[in-house]
Amino acid sequence: MTAALVLIAVLTLATAAVALALRNLIHSALLLIASWFGLAAFYLWAGAEFVAFAQVLVYVGAVSMVVLFAVLLTRRSRADPVVSPDSLSRAVSAVLTGVAVFGVLAAAILGTRLSPSTVAAPTATVRTIGTQLMGTHAAALLIVGMLLTVALLGAVVLAAQDPAETNQDAP
Amino acid sequence: MTLDPLQLCLLFSSALFCVGLVGALARSSTILVLLGVELMLNAANINFIAFWRYGPPTAPATGVMFVIFSIAVAAAEAAVGLALIIAVYRHQKNIRLQEASRLKG
Amino acid sequence: MTSADAFLERLPLVARDLVTSWLPEPWRWLVNSLISIAVILSVFGLLFAYVTLAERKILGRIQNRPGPNRTPIPFINLRFFGLAQPFADGIKALTKEDLVPRGADHRLHFLAPVVLLAFSILTFAVLPYGRHLVPVELNAGVLYFFAAGAATELAVFMAGWASRNKYSLLAAMRALAQLISYELPLLLAWVPVVLVAGSLSTTEIVAAQAGWKFNLIPHWHVFTPWGAAGFLIFMVAALAESNRSPFDLPEAESELIAGHLTEYSGFKYALFFMAEYFGMIALSGMAITLFLGGWHAPSPYLEFIPSYVWFGAKLVVLLLGFIWIRATFPRLRMDQLTRFAWKFLVPLALINLANAAFWSLSFPWAGPLQLLRWLISALVVVGPFVLLGRKLSVGVAPRVYRYAT
Repeated sequence: MTAALVLIAVLTLATAAVALALRNLIHSALLLIASWFGLAAFYLWAGAEFVAFAQVLVYVGAVSMVVLFAVLLTRRSRADPVVSPDSLSRAVSAVLTGVAVFGVLAAAILGTRLSPSTVAAPTATVRTIGTQLMGTHAAALLIVGMLLTVALLGAVVLAAQDPAETNQDAP
Repeated sequence: MTLDPLQLCLLFSSALFCVGLVGALARSSTILVLLGVELMLNAANINFIAFWRYGPPTAPATGVMFVIFSIAVAAAEAAVGLALIIAVYRHQKNIRLQEASRLKG
Repeated sequence: MTSADAFLERLPLVARDLVTSWLPEPWRWLVNSLISIAVILSVFGLLFAYVTLAERKILGRIQNRPGPNRTPIPFINLRFFGLAQPFADGIKALTKEDLVPRGADHRLHFLAPVVLLAFSILTFAVLPYGRHLVPVELNAGVLYFFAAGAATELAVFMAGWASRNKYSLLAAMRALAQLISYELPLLLAWVPVVLVAGSLSTTEIVAAQAGWKFNLIPHWHVFTPWGAAGFLIFMVAALAESNRSPFDLPEAESELIAGHLTEYSGFKYALFFMAEYFGMIALSGMAITLFLGGWHAPSPYLEFIPSYVWFGAKLVVLLLGFIWIRATFPRLRMDQLTRFAWKFLVPLALINLANAAFWSLSFPWAGPLQLLRWLISALVVVGPFVLLGRKLSVGVAPRVYRYAT
């Protein structure tokens, strides 16, 4: 049980770390997608089936596509989308910050006496999730729907070219 | 000392958060910064699931609800963020953060 | 003896238990799973082989030529309609040289077909093939199916990108645009089914379609107005998702050579081919599960035929339909393709969702109200279809032919 968790965690962290260190943007994006798969595996491990599939559907099916499109559309040349190396001092200070934050968090986690409940794992069937979404969280659901609509419209407005530049090709 | 699963999950999520943080701070490509932020959001989701699984019993599926809404918000964030990146690229033919310093388009 | 316990119905399980009954408990579970995996792989592998043969022969017949009919069975030199053709093709693909362009991204070039095939095989896990034949029962089975299917888009992109070829990259961009556009109607088409059946589990969706009206009309979702519309939208989107003609723009040979497959040869090419057919078979299986009553027999008098035979029969019919469509329709243009998805299929699928909600709310209606229910539901399907079709085809159809004088 715990071994599986450690394995999932190590794989996810390794892919994420390598992804953010690589210079080739396409490789970074693909490795990040692998780490999103790792997260889905974690959700499956924890018994949150629905969340795992939603994670794959949203991140691997949709977000990754948008990321890949963005990478391809913002290339500087026809060659590989390789970003020039960043300044060393910046990388070092970033790593130091990261390690410091992790140190604080890890100390807090290890120093706290958490008492995990020993009762059986909670179950979240699709039916419970559905009734919760439509009942208790109906307002939040509506707001998220509004948010997604507004975000999509905003994204289209931002990314669309100025009408003067576009050449209308007749149907 | 053995770690109980809850602590392991929390360590996992804080490590992922820090990986995202380092990526967002160290890289200058806007896309990678955005992906680092996404990773940090994902780390938060791990916490929700971990506390839902091992924390004190609450209303059914509260943690799962949180994560579902969080995934939806993350999707909206990614869409807007990448649209912004494309808009920035159109203005200065570059997505390096250092050079995106003008407010005037 | 009810049909659920009939010997033929339980035959696959009995056969499996014969093999594994002597094993101790944890091992038995493992071997049982391995046997299901092996059976699925071999059955669908064979189905893939013979669907390719059927496709070539049927396309040949439609184009007034015989199709492959000469491959003999080795040593006995018996031709037998060219039934050995798929195996000859397999051997050919295995022995061909595996070319990788020098500029290619070698790792991604290798990974793309593997990822594609792996994810298209994963989708087979949740389909209920028979009354007792569900490999994995998941609470959110339908969601799992489409999550695994969504990952195949990624592999197409990887193939196009890694080849370092302009045709491949163009095809990859096209494939992404197409798959994203048609993902939406595909998902929206099955949401009504989930709404009415009240479950995301494939077994429960099939169970919701049991029974017959007047012992004549099955309670399949396709025999309701919203179900018929949903089924058609689903099949059109499935055609596009599996890159089949008339939506095979990513590999349009007249413009893009072979699209994302241009730089692939030998067995890797065969893997792509296999994954495409597996995707098509899996989506057909899902359409059967969601709309065509799964493994249920079409009539109570035909229930003596075991359920997995019915599933197979329906699958073959749908696959023949795919082949027929490929032989009949010309390929679309990119702008037509996306316009069709966003302006026609998505609105219709949304209206269909409202229609299914009405259907499920009006469930208690009885007597003459039932007729009214059917009438309203049918109008909600046909009305928007006609109106949208008219509106979108202004200036495009009917086609006017101009001849040189």
